[in-house]
Amino acid sequence: MLDIILVGLNHKTAPVELRECLAFSKDETAAALEAFQKDPAVIEAVLFSTCNRMEILLATDNRSDALKAAKMFISEFKNIPVASFENALYIHESDEAVRHIFRVASSLDSMMVGEPQILGQIKEAYLTAISKKASGVILNRLLHRTFFVAKRVRTETGIGDHAVSISYAAIELARKIFGSLEGKKVLLIGAGEMAELAVEHLLRNRVGDIVVANRTFERGVELAKNFNGKAIRFEEITDYLKSVDIVISSTGSPDFIVKRNHVKGVMRSRRNRPIFFIDIAVPRDIDPEINDLTNSYVYDIDDLKGVIDENIGDRNKEARKGERIVDEAVIRFRQWYESLNAVPTIIALRNKIDAIAKTEVKKTLQNLNHLTDADCQAIYRMTDALINKILHDPTLFLKNNGCHGNKSIYLDTTRKLFKLDE
Amino acid sequence: MDIVIYITVLFYSVSTAGYLLYLFIQKKYLHQIGHYLLITGFLWHSAAIVYWFIQTGTIPVHNLRETVTIAGWTVVGVFIIFQYKFNLKILGIYAAPLAAIVMLIASQLPAESAQAKNIFNSFWLVLHIFTIFIGEASFALACGLGILYLMQERAIKTKRHGFFFKRLPSLELLDYTGYACIVVGFTFLSIGLAAGFVYAKSVWGKLWSWDPKEVWSVITWILYAVLLHERLAVGWRGRRSAIMAIIGFAVLLFTFLGVNFFLKGHHEVFTRL
Repeated sequence: MLDIILVGLNHKTAPVELRECLAFSKDETAAALEAFQKDPAVIEAVLFSTCNRMEILLATDNRSDALKAAKMFISEFKNIPVASFENALYIHESDEAVRHIFRVASSLDSMMVGEPQILGQIKEAYLTAISKKASGVILNRLLHRTFFVAKRVRTETGIGDHAVSISYAAIELARKIFGSLEGKKVLLIGAGEMAELAVEHLLRNRVGDIVVANRTFERGVELAKNFNGKAIRFEEITDYLKSVDIVISSTGSPDFIVKRNHVKGVMRSRRNRPIFFIDIAVPRDIDPEINDLTNSYVYDIDDLKGVIDENIGDRNKEARKGERIVDEAVIRFRQWYESLNAVPTIIALRNKIDAIAKTEVKKTLQNLNHLTDADCQAIYRMTDALINKILHDPTLFLKNNGCHGNKSIYLDTTRKLFKLDE
Repeated sequence: MDIVIYITVLFYSVSTAGYLLYLFIQKKYLHQIGHYLLITGFLWHSAAIVYWFIQTGTIPVHNLRETVTIAGWTVVGVFIIFQYKFNLKILGIYAAPLAAIVMLIASQLPAESAQAKNIFNSFWLVLHIFTIFIGEASFALACGLGILYLMQERAIKTKRHGFFFKRLPSLELLDYTGYACIVVGFTFLSIGLAAGFVYAKSVWGKLWSWDPKEVWSVITWILYAVLLHERLAVGWRGRRSAIMAIIGFAVLLFTFLGVNFFLKGHHEVFTRL
C-alpha cells in the first residue's frame, strides 16, 4: 500500500528570499519529475511552485527514503545545503497531506484568501506531471478530487466574492452605481500606478471613451495613447464634467481640483446622470462635499480601503465554510484510498458476483417447478463452485504481489472494471 | 370564499418566507422556491377570481373585500411580468409580503356582497377596473423600488456597505425599473380614468360629477404626470424620482381607501364594508 506524503514550504514558513531560491520554473519542474522517477522510493510525484509556495506531492512505499530523496534532490538541484531550508519545510502524511492540497487549491491557505490563480497553477503543474507520466493512480485521483473540491469551495462559498484590491473595489462600486459599465465615459486626472490600473480594469469592463487630463499636456498625450483615449488640458476639466461618468483622480496637487460648485453647476446639463469620483490622491483632489450632491458619489482612498477591509472580513468568514467542504472531501478520499487495500476489493468483487448469480439462479428456478429441493440445492452448489473457480486466479493475483509493488493500479482497475464503487 | 382566500394567503406567505431566506442566505434555489410559490399562488388566485366571475356573472368588486382581493391579484400579476422583464430578484422581498398582507386584510373583511346590479356588466366598467388596478399595482412596485433605491443610495453615500449593499442591485437598474413601472402605471391609470369617464357618461349621463374619488384620482394622475414630465424635461432621476414614487403611492393609497372612509361618493359601493 502506498503512502501519500507532501513536502513543501509557503509564505508562512519561509521568507521570500528562500522561496525565490527554491522556486521551480516549468522546465525545472519537468526535470525534477524525471529525477524523482529514477528514485526507487518514489512511485508517483507531482511538483508545483508559485511565488508563495513550493510543494512536492509523493506517493511512496517507503516514506523515510522518499522524504530523504526529496530533500536531497532540492538541495542538489538548487545548489543549497539541506540545513538552510529544512526548518522551513512542512511534511504532511496521508490525511493531512490530502487536506493540505485541498486547502491550497481552494485558496484557503493563500496569502490573500480566495485569490483565484492558485487553482490554475496547480492544474498546470499537474499537466506537466502527466506529460512526464510522473503521476499514477493515486495522485491522479487525488488531483482530480482536488480540482473538484476547489471548484465546490468557489461556487458554494463566497470566498472569491468582492474585491480585495483598491482598483477592483472601485470597479465594484462603479457597477453598483451604473450597473453595466459599457460605454461609460472615463476622465483620468493626473497619473499614477493605481489610477492607471483602475483605468485598465475599466477598459476590460468595456467602458467607452477615456479622457486624460494632466498638468503637463505632453505627459497627458502619452498616457492617452496607452489607453486609446484623448488628452485634454487641465483647464478643460470643468467642461468635461458635463459628459463623463467616472472620474479617477491621482495628482500631487495640494488643493482640491474638483470643487463642489463645479459639479453642482454641471448637474443640470448632465440631466442629473450619476457621476462617480474615485479619488486616489493624497492629499485629496476631489472635494468630499461633492458626495452630498444628489447623483454624485465620491470615494477617496480611505473609503476604498474601508470597503476592502470589510470584504476581507467577509472572505475569512466564508473560508470557514470552505474548511467544512474540505473536511468532508478528505473523508471521502480516505474511503476510496482504503478501498485500495486488497481485502476489501476482493470481498466487494465476490459479493457482487455472488449477488448476480443468486438472482439469476432464483429467476431460472422459478420457471422450473418440476425440480425437487435437492435438485435446486445442487444447482446452487454448482454456481458457488463456478464463482470460486472463476475468482480464484484474480483473487490470488490481487492478494499476492503479482503486480510487484504498485498494487493500487490493479486494485483500482478491478474496482472500475466491476463498478465496485457504487 | 374564506378558505380560498386563506389558501392564497398561505401561498403568498410561504413565498415571502422563500424570498426572505433568499435575502439572508443568497442561494438561488430559495429564490426559485419563492418565485414558483408566488406563481402557483397567483394561478390559484386567478382561478378563484374566474370562478367568482362565472358564479355571479360580474367581476367581483361588490365590496371592499372583493376589491382588495383583486388589488392583491394585480400586484402579483404585474410583479411576475416585471420580474420576467427585468430579472430583479430582490423585488420579491417587497412584492410577496405586500400581496400576502393585502390578502390577509381581504380575509378579515366582511363578506356579504351587495346585490349584483346590472351596472357591473358594462365593458367600460370592466376596462376601468382592470386598467386602474394594473396601474395601481405598477405604482406599488415603483414605490418598492423607490424604497430599495433609497436604501442602496444611502449605503453608497455613507460608505457603510452593510447587509443590503451586497444584496441590492445597481442604482441604475433600480432607477430604471422604477421609471418603467411608473410609465406602465401612468399609461394604465390614464386608460382607466378615460374608461371611467366614458362609463360615468353612460350611467349617470355626465363625464364628471365631482365625486371625491374622481377628484383624488385626477390629483394622483397629475402627480405622476409631473414626475414623468420632470424626468423627461430636466432629468429628474435617482433620489428625487424615488421619493416622488413613494409619495405618489401614498396619495394613491389614500385615493383607493381613504376617500371611501372619510369622504362620500358614488364609488362607495365598490368599497362598502
